[in-house]
Amino acid sequence: MQMPTPDTAILSRRAAVLRRLAAALPEPALISDPAALRTYECDALTAYRCPPMAVVLPGSTQEVSACLRICHEEGVPVVPRGSGTSLAGGALPTADSIILGVSRMTEVLETSLADRIIRVQTGITNLSVSGAVEDDGFFYAPDPSSQLACAIAGNIAMNSGGAHCLKYGVTTNNLLGVTLVLMDGTVVEIGGGHMDAPGLDLLSVICGSEGQLGVVTEAMLRILPRPEGARPVLIGYDSSETAGQCVSDIIKAGILPVAIEFMDRPCIRATDEFSGAGYPDCEAMLIVEVEGSDPEIDEQLGIISQIARRLDPVELRVSGSAEESARIWLGRKSAFGAMGQINDYICLDGTIPVSELPAMLRGIADLSGRYGLEVANVFHAGDGNMHPLILFDANADGELEKAEELGAEILTLCVKVGGCLTGEHGVGVEKRDLMETQFDPADLEAQMRVKDVFDPGWLLNPAKVFPLSVSAGRRGIAAE
Amino acid sequence: MLEPVSESALAQAVRGADGPLAIRGGGTRGGAPPRDGTVLSVAGLTGITLYEPGALTLVARAGTPMAEIDAALEAEGQRLAFEPWDARAVLGRDGVPTLGGCVATNASGPRRMVAGAARDSVIGMRFVDGTGTAVKSGGRVMKNVTGLDLAKLLCGSRGALGVITEVSLKLLPGIAATATLAADGLSPDAAVAAMSAALCTPYEVTGAVHDPAGPRTLLRLEGTEASVSYRADALARALSRHGDWRAEHGPGPWADLRDARDFAGGAGDLWRISLRPSDAPATVAALPGRWRMDWGGGLIWAEAPEGTDLRAALAGAGHATLVRAGADTHRALGTLHPEPAPVARLTDGLRARFDPRGLFSAHPGVPA
Repeated sequence: MQMPTPDTAILSRRAAVLRRLAAALPEPALISDPAALRTYECDALTAYRCPPMAVVLPGSTQEVSACLRICHEEGVPVVPRGSGTSLAGGALPTADSIILGVSRMTEVLETSLADRIIRVQTGITNLSVSGAVEDDGFFYAPDPSSQLACAIAGNIAMNSGGAHCLKYGVTTNNLLGVTLVLMDGTVVEIGGGHMDAPGLDLLSVICGSEGQLGVVTEAMLRILPRPEGARPVLIGYDSSETAGQCVSDIIKAGILPVAIEFMDRPCIRATDEFSGAGYPDCEAMLIVEVEGSDPEIDEQLGIISQIARRLDPVELRVSGSAEESARIWLGRKSAFGAMGQINDYICLDGTIPVSELPAMLRGIADLSGRYGLEVANVFHAGDGNMHPLILFDANADGELEKAEELGAEILTLCVKVGGCLTGEHGVGVEKRDLMETQFDPADLEAQMRVKDVFDPGWLLNPAKVFPLSVSAGRRGIAAE
Repeated sequence: MLEPVSESALAQAVRGADGPLAIRGGGTRGGAPPRDGTVLSVAGLTGITLYEPGALTLVARAGTPMAEIDAALEAEGQRLAFEPWDARAVLGRDGVPTLGGCVATNASGPRRMVAGAARDSVIGMRFVDGTGTAVKSGGRVMKNVTGLDLAKLLCGSRGALGVITEVSLKLLPGIAATATLAADGLSPDAAVAAMSAALCTPYEVTGAVHDPAGPRTLLRLEGTEASVSYRADALARALSRHGDWRAEHGPGPWADLRDARDFAGGAGDLWRISLRPSDAPATVAALPGRWRMDWGGGLIWAEAPEGTDLRAALAGAGHATLVRAGADTHRALGTLHPEPAPVARLTDGLRARFDPRGLFSAHPGVPA
């Protein structure tokens, strides 16, 4: 992974910059001890590491603003960080950067059930937001699988999704307002408790901007009343084509399940051995979950079962209770842990049109054979968001590089069949150099123009999202 | 008038423009007439280019009539989630509403409060910016976080950043049954409290309107026959302390409410106020004319005597868009709510970079 050469002029001013930051912050909020900085040298994409110059953990929007103003004046790059759970290297530091973490900002500022909204500081974890309104019968819909640890700041930066977004949408559909601090320290309030923007919809580019435009310190989120209940059905088929057909038939029948999860044979086998979920021995398995009252669930699961039966399933298991539901979900929810136990793996995140599923799975199998690396597939079938897991041995020489090459080929194939490089993890550094497979120069130029407006000096989250060769001119200008 | 029939011809027309352009779809939504400038019509770019019912995805060119899209979806038992409103009745227009105009104004109806606006259904877009360059953003898949989401930024941009040429939409399954719960005689306070209570239940209320004429408060439920019946009973019980609710099965008045037909042909200016539902009762108390709430109080349609600055009555709650007024009023008061200085700096910066020659500033709603 190519990263820009650290700016020696900045490194030589390290002590002076740190003195200014120390003066603007309470004592524990500045970390500069080399051992402590190691904690921040990477995020959940652990293959790439680089300790930053220092870490600041401001406790308020004002402190964030003060830190950014100082870094702006000093020309120091800033890498915003939520909980550091990015799988794409979205919070990977450069040696000449300051990490700005929001982990000390975790308060709930306002809850209004009358308006179905909650305002939070963005260091709060995703699950804590739901936790704050749970007793009132509400929840926050986007549910990335890291929801116990990941921060709302990172969810907004990456426009995080989850298993339930077929019905509830992703972060951008559940975000009503932000307090955004620009690189020069300006605090901007965008949106609020109302729906729809008065002018240009700036929230739409801020959400998913991967820390390129500013630091979001507070967020107004939409909360939803919890459904009366939810139950899944497990369906097994002897071919992935048939499973894909089943997904399409369910959707065409007018049912909108809250989740449709797909696992292929390697994944079914591994998760079943790991969790003892009792999954069938078959090529492809679906878990389809619907919501509502008991009679409503029965009605929907009845229709789904009827559709599934027409395609001759090897297994059809309708959950009739909370225990049976938990058992059906058990293996799927432990999929990543199960894979981690048998091997090192890279988790991809491309999205494809649902109709391309069988062809895509054949393509992945071909590539997997060519590279001699096993690939297990688990993904959100309703929306086409695939998570192929490439299994490899990190201790074997050159195997990581080989796995990365295979990953790049699979993602390129996703784009070729009409999909995209990343459905919910973000570009970060991981997919940065593949951006030109999906976008023409004019498309990237238009995106970079937005960054020019928000961060004219190109100091925020350097070397992410845009290929270095594409952003070189702008970063050159910034360095002058 | 320029009426290119391909995206490349449209891009060429923008590159060749020597003065302001007034972008037009079907000409059914623009508030004020454009100041001046050559009309650039998108009506020549038509056709659904991809429709996959099994993937809940449709892609169409910007000039495609909404009626054509609705018909294609209906044939497959599907629909648009955001229930776009048709502005013709209110504005007294007789053109053909197009997808481009619908998306460029982020048009949405009563279901917006739960299903999102047009921007929430747009998953990809092609547009031509002010330099005459064709740009794509997003694609045809519903989960996509690759790069900045310019497609959503263009939604509701009213032509300020570029000319939309093609749009990809995420769809929803159609609806088998609709029921409307109605209660009479509620005050604005009581109505907002009732609508809020309804929206806090798990019964998936997809419409919540209060009309002071009557007064009547309406709640909509949609789904399968059995599910709608079950929820209509459950909701009426849950709301018993908020009034006496009667259920009526069938489509109900929702299409008329969506298009604000109750304000068609009315006197004075017409505004749309977007605000927190809990601010609605105090806001309507300060309004000078006829009004009606939608979105559980999150949207207020309000009439005002010609030239009255309704924004002065808001006292900081939400924002107001001028929907129907004379050209002078649009110019004097501004079609869109003024933005705070730090936001306006960002907005102006984006406009300057996407439209460096100022070609699109003639478009209604976009300040010169």
